[in-house]
Amino acid sequence: MDKIVIEHLSLNYSDGTESLKDVSLRIPANQITVLFGPAGGGKSTLLRCINRLNDLADVTMLSGRVLLNGVDVLDPHTNVTELRRRVGMVFSRPVPLPLSIYQNITYGLEIAGERRKARLDEAVERALRQVVLWDEVSDRLQDPAHALSGGQQQRLCIARVLALQPEVILLDEPTSALDPVSTFKIETTLRELRSELTIVLAPHSTQQAARIADTAAFFLAGELVEMQEGEKLFVNPKDPRTQDYIQGRFG
Amino acid sequence: MTSSNPSLESTRPPARRTEWIITLLIRVAGYLSIFYVALISLFLLKEGLPALTDVPLSSLAGKFWYPIEGYYSLWPLIFGSLTVTLGAALFAVPLGLGTAIFLSEVAPKWVKETLKPLVELLAGLPSVVLGFVGILVLSPFIRKAFDLPTGLTAFTGALLLGWAAIPTIVSIAEDALYGVPRSYREAALAVGATPWQVIWGVTLPAARSGVLTAVMLGIGRVIGETMAVMMVTGNAPVLPSGLGALFGPVRTMTATIASEMGEVATGSQHYQVLFLIGIVLFALSLIINITAFMVSNRRTQRVERLLS
Repeated sequence: MDKIVIEHLSLNYSDGTESLKDVSLRIPANQITVLFGPAGGGKSTLLRCINRLNDLADVTMLSGRVLLNGVDVLDPHTNVTELRRRVGMVFSRPVPLPLSIYQNITYGLEIAGERRKARLDEAVERALRQVVLWDEVSDRLQDPAHALSGGQQQRLCIARVLALQPEVILLDEPTSALDPVSTFKIETTLRELRSELTIVLAPHSTQQAARIADTAAFFLAGELVEMQEGEKLFVNPKDPRTQDYIQGRFG
Repeated sequence: MTSSNPSLESTRPPARRTEWIITLLIRVAGYLSIFYVALISLFLLKEGLPALTDVPLSSLAGKFWYPIEGYYSLWPLIFGSLTVTLGAALFAVPLGLGTAIFLSEVAPKWVKETLKPLVELLAGLPSVVLGFVGILVLSPFIRKAFDLPTGLTAFTGALLLGWAAIPTIVSIAEDALYGVPRSYREAALAVGATPWQVIWGVTLPAARSGVLTAVMLGIGRVIGETMAVMMVTGNAPVLPSGLGALFGPVRTMTATIASEMGEVATGSQHYQVLFLIGIVLFALSLIINITAFMVSNRRTQRVERLLS
């Protein structure tokens, strides 16, 4: 089943950088879909279209459709706040809000109107267990979040998104600032999470793309070059450009 | 490393000399500014402190400022300054912060790019010009609007000085808000915060130190303002009698020094008391600066840890 369907999506920024050119693809539910390719290829832009975070950027031209469960999220009548609760996002640098560990996770729930302490406590524990952070921080939930290490902060940011029980999470180079051990932990977490939700990931390296992809899509200069099952794409790419990139001839 | 690269070594001595000269210049500049501040404080203390012994305390702590008769009470002047300053702050802080938030978080780019330089231009307006506007426009308006015998009141001064402080507050607070990393806003938006929740819950707290500095500098400008306030507050050093005093004339410490220093005999009691007023002003702005420094410094340390 396809969770997200993107149809003929084209986008230009006002300064002419990183645009999308007529991209169409289908993102299957309960899988990890990896968008990879050299920088400036349009991966982040595509991710930011799915939760409409691109609304903040200087977009001069946008056409096409992004269907989530069959509904176009680019429609101006879309409730963007509601959409972002259903489609969570994790950024390349961990961004703990200047609050405590506990408050970082409850932030999204509280602004969504949840005030019951028991519910919040429960959500915090569940989210922290999902990202395998609970054992490390359960005794100091009231400490400031930025006291955590980089890897812990990033897992906290994933937990913050998970606490809202989203249907989709978008990850934009989530491990680019992390050490190999933290990266491994996060990748393991993501594999476990895919039974519950749909994951779209723009990795910072081809190696990570190959490790984690159920489905992989190769982007080059705003174009989708090819997309197929991860195992096939990395072993036997159809397009010569994909092959060149995977083998390190450019990029 | 020392001998393997002769070309590197040959360039070293001149580079080192330049380095030495620049370090020295910077150091001298730094010490000089400390030295000047020390000189000014010493001068103030030397001229002002004798007032405490030469003028009877009953006069200094009395009720009247009437130098010709020997009444040198500081209270009416301190009261005048505080009323005008507080009034101006109550008016300028919410408006200034509101404008800063609008410019930084809400306004489209072209609006911001037009408005910000205009606001900063306003900050450069000479206070005498502001005083003219106060006398010719604001004070007649206030006289009519509140049906007062005169439009030259503490309230007029507060409004006018609030107006003078707004550009300072807007400019600095906007810089602070703009400096909040975009990633904070995005992180909050990505969990479903509305724009207002982001501003109130994330951007403002993250920019707290800069915003506080903006407020303190704005208030500092009001306390130190002389010309405009002298022109519009009516110049009557009287102690307040209830809230109505807000709509009566007052005189601030700065205005007193400016208007009386020219006609006073050097070394007389009156002269010493004027310097004493200077000391009080100095102490007041020092307190404001130290508070601002302590508050913002505590925040910086936390932010530094956050970014490390």
